[in-house]
Amino acid sequence: MISITKNDKRDDGRKFDEIRPLKIEAGVLERADGSAYLEVGGNKILVAVYGPRESYIRRLLKPNTGVIRCRYNMAPFSVDDRKRPGPDRRSTEISKIAAEALRPSLMLEGFPRSMVDVFIEIIEAEGGTRCAGITAASVALADAGIPMKDLVVGCAAGKVNDEIVLDLSEKEDKEGQADVPIAMMSRTEEITLLQSDGNLSEDEFKKALDLAMEGCRQVNKVQIEALKTKHAQDVESES
Amino acid sequence: MIHVEDKELVVPGQILAEEDYYSGRGTFKDGDSICSSLMGLVSLRNKKINVIPLKSKYVPKKGDVVIGEIDDVRFSMWGVDLNSPYSGILPASEVFGREKKELSKVFNVGDVLFLRVVDVDEVKKVKLGLKGRGMGKFKGGILVNITPTKVPRLIGKKGSMINMIKDKTKCKIVVGQNGLVWVKGEKGMEQITKNIINIIEAEAHTSGLTNRIGDKLFLLVDGKLPEKQEEEFEITPDDLESIEDDDGSNNENGNDSKINDNNESTDASTEEDELEKPKLENIKEEIESDLKFNSEKEDKNEKTSYLDTFNHLKAKNNNSHGLGEINKEDVSSPTLNIQNSSKSEDDNKIKPVTSWKKKN
Repeated sequence: MISITKNDKRDDGRKFDEIRPLKIEAGVLERADGSAYLEVGGNKILVAVYGPRESYIRRLLKPNTGVIRCRYNMAPFSVDDRKRPGPDRRSTEISKIAAEALRPSLMLEGFPRSMVDVFIEIIEAEGGTRCAGITAASVALADAGIPMKDLVVGCAAGKVNDEIVLDLSEKEDKEGQADVPIAMMSRTEEITLLQSDGNLSEDEFKKALDLAMEGCRQVNKVQIEALKTKHAQDVESES
Repeated sequence: MIHVEDKELVVPGQILAEEDYYSGRGTFKDGDSICSSLMGLVSLRNKKINVIPLKSKYVPKKGDVVIGEIDDVRFSMWGVDLNSPYSGILPASEVFGREKKELSKVFNVGDVLFLRVVDVDEVKKVKLGLKGRGMGKFKGGILVNITPTKVPRLIGKKGSMINMIKDKTKCKIVVGQNGLVWVKGEKGMEQITKNIINIIEAEAHTSGLTNRIGDKLFLLVDGKLPEKQEEEFEITPDDLESIEDDDGSNNENGNDSKINDNNESTDASTEEDELEKPKLENIKEEIESDLKFNSEKEDKNEKTSYLDTFNHLKAKNNNSHGLGEINKEDVSSPTLNIQNSSKSEDDNKIKPVTSWKKKN
């Protein structure tokens, strides 16, 4: 195995508890009700939100509340080898877990029989797209003006060369020993997504979970800033 | 305890206040703390906290007046798209009572209607009606779409904003509470109105909006003004004085040789002033253009109106100089008098000047 961690630095020069450089921009699409663009490390993700709108799939609508639908899709050019376009097992899974991670934050009781559509498009992938996708989707939902209890924020932790590290890159994910992506609500710190891939001892898992939650708090600050600066720009462009 | 200020921008989940406060629209309670559920601006009224969303979807409410487009014709009802998650139905009985007619002959798909929401039930089935003043089908015109929460801003205080746009563009404008706006007028004016409405939507949260929209309207509607305004952009202290002079002469008036012309415009400006103060600097421009136009016209009936004007002014300027005195004086002295008065009378005139500076 290639050495990915040296002393207290990782392969890409980060510390064990450091996230990759993160940039979020809200309201980038004109025609969507809400949208967000996110870059973290080598990831480029675009999220569009439509709704609440009249459900065009009758069997999905609920008479007492609105529903959220999510679609996670990777562009064919988003990875080194061309990805065959269209839904596959992995993207179907991520679509489902993203919708379930976001649902607890939304207050759709005021919109019965309606539907909110979230489209997560991965333009470029470099590890940790599901967490980044959820983070961006929550910003886009807030941008769409959908009532929600909290912003949902995602971040991953994992084990690489027997060290617990935060926010795994693609290389670390592939060559590392474990990956724990989580999503949580920023204020209440309720966890809405918890997955684990690889082998971790109980202590290691606890450590990874704590680290991932700390990462979420950092990402949340960028989320809030993105939403606020988008608005501040509107004011500036006028004067 | 409160964590935010009035008009502060908040994000969903942000804690706004604890205890002592009441949770209003756009907020929810979690234990003791009140949190925002929307991305929007805080509005504090006494101890009640509301969050006004920046973007929202229209949810039909009983009694609202809305604009809708027919998207379906069925046997006994029309389906109406309301720019909302919920589409409305317009029963045939609402339109022609007991009579039976073919529905597609009355309204067809694509027709735009001004409607009232008669009833909304638990599952958000929206029943619409046409009973009321001005309700019915629109002929021609264009539709502009804005966020429903910004409708009050477009209308302004007691309709100040919408009336200003109507006056300037000579367009007919109807605003539905669902955020659809119908505009009809000259083709060019329709486009101008549409642009103006979009600007209002984008900048609804900023202060002094009515002022800026007024300026923009002048720029777009009167072709001449752009150059003139640009001159005024580069404001030196001298220019500033001259602007005040112009305003002053309009307010004080009677000091100039062109008494008649000024008086007419004064009446207009004071009237307008009561309606909406920040608009004053527009009136100035309006007056200036009026002056050139009127001065030729009014020479004829100068004699008759002179006395009226004199009396009128006398009543007005009781506390200041007697009018006779001023008339005797040199032309240059009234300007001094004017400057003082314009400064004391209201600060409104000075504000717009600074805002122009900023733009530059």
